[in-house]
Amino acid sequence: MTDPNTTLSHLDLAELATHEKPFLDANELVINMGPQHPATHGVLRVILRLDGEKVLGLECVIGYLHRGVEKIGEHRTYTMFNPYVDRMDYVAAVSNGLGYCETVEKLLNVEAPPRAQHVRVILTELNRIASHQLWLGTHALDIGAITPLFYTFRDREEILKIYEKYCGARLTTHAFRIGGLQYETYTGFEKEVKKFLNFFRPKIDEYEELLTTNRIWVERTKNVGAISAEDCIALGVTGPVLRASGVKWDLRKAQPYANYKNFDFDIPIGENGDTYDRYLVRMAEMRQSVRIIEQAVDALPEGPIMAKVPKVMKPPAGEVYHSIEAPKGELGYFIVSDGSTQPYRVRVRPPSFVNLQALDLMCRGELVADVIAVIGTLDIVLGEVDR
Amino acid sequence: MIAKLKSNYGSGLEPLTYAGQNYMVVDRSLIPEILKILRNEEQFDYCVDITALHHPQREKQFDVVWVLYSFARNERIRVKTQIADGASVASSVSIWAGANWLEREVFDMFGIKFDGHPDMKRILLPDGWKGHPLRKDYGILQQDNEWVQINLGIESGQ
Repeated sequence: MTDPNTTLSHLDLAELATHEKPFLDANELVINMGPQHPATHGVLRVILRLDGEKVLGLECVIGYLHRGVEKIGEHRTYTMFNPYVDRMDYVAAVSNGLGYCETVEKLLNVEAPPRAQHVRVILTELNRIASHQLWLGTHALDIGAITPLFYTFRDREEILKIYEKYCGARLTTHAFRIGGLQYETYTGFEKEVKKFLNFFRPKIDEYEELLTTNRIWVERTKNVGAISAEDCIALGVTGPVLRASGVKWDLRKAQPYANYKNFDFDIPIGENGDTYDRYLVRMAEMRQSVRIIEQAVDALPEGPIMAKVPKVMKPPAGEVYHSIEAPKGELGYFIVSDGSTQPYRVRVRPPSFVNLQALDLMCRGELVADVIAVIGTLDIVLGEVDR
Repeated sequence: MIAKLKSNYGSGLEPLTYAGQNYMVVDRSLIPEILKILRNEEQFDYCVDITALHHPQREKQFDVVWVLYSFARNERIRVKTQIADGASVASSVSIWAGANWLEREVFDMFGIKFDGHPDMKRILLPDGWKGHPLRKDYGILQQDNEWVQINLGIESGQ
């Protein structure tokens, strides 16, 4: 660091020209981005320290959407808290519900019947596609490609229609119950899901045609916001961001939950850990989700959809940590029971919160415009960051 | 691994299992040491979560919990320690960089300070807020009315 008290005559002008070091405090510009900014995907405030156009470092200010979800959990029964978790990551509400229900099932020592497990996998994977579609549309929009937004929202609608038909809700679905499912699938469910898969498969090619070899897209994303596998692990970053850095780790394979072990699918990984690789990984993940759903629909077994669970749930005193691979990364629940009808403590380990920590590292040395790209590629949902 | 740790630390460490999940309750004085051993010698390279629990009826009111994962072993472990109200615990930011925000959240919600943390301040609630909401003696409808009135210009947020 250059001593700020140094007079100009002592400074090497050639060194200044390289922009390697900040020179004099006067040259460091601190600007504020957000909390009301369309590219921050919610109410995220970022304080940027700049040297010209170059980012020297940044600080995130979060908490604008804090609703005290964990505190609410301590004051509701296990069943009553179930719909609240949908409101954290509201674009992947089904995943949140799956993680919560499975954790309480572990505490109660019950297991959902096979048919319920299959339907859970179908709905959760549909949700992964919907979440990635929303990410793709908004991320591309931030970078300046407007068209993908219309395409992805048009196709996401088909998934939301399936949800609406299944449980009456489109976004915060409350699709699962502790012990299984509340509703049997509607008549023609399998046919409609398959119809969607056939409709959607060529659509992924369509998205890729718009972006993958698009010169502007490649220039704006390649080598932007790169992060190494070591840094990802040290920071606890999970999900597509970790996989794009080359770590082949997915909880669906590493510690299978629901009945993912019955399905055949690959874990797509990237090499460079940059924005472009994260884009490719998520595109490949959508194709893998299609594969999983197809197998699950074909093998959908008959049978009950609800395990035997007591009407008033009182899990024995104890504690359980359980996590699932949500579209954004590892979504964990740590629930402590004291033997009463309400959890003693519900801790949510949100993937977006932990991943957002990497923003500072990923943006250092990049340009201001790239901060927008990196926020988009992290795929954060502020409802989950702030809870 | 747990047997080895147990033989090295004796009564300072108690290994437990519930619902097939391993965790250990360790003495507060062992905290940075055990975590460092888990990270450096036992390959628990990913700090999944740091959180806390409040037991107001107990003498040592708080449990601080670390959830760790090892990619090499594909295994999870939890480390738990008990501390009294007002006491602090050693920070693990130097062990896992990702502990930074997680420790700040514990401080924000429970008022537990982490020694050696580079930036120990609130994260979700505003800096001037009074009280730590996840303590059991903090009511669910309670809020810092003074802060709300001054900063939001409304009588109450309820």
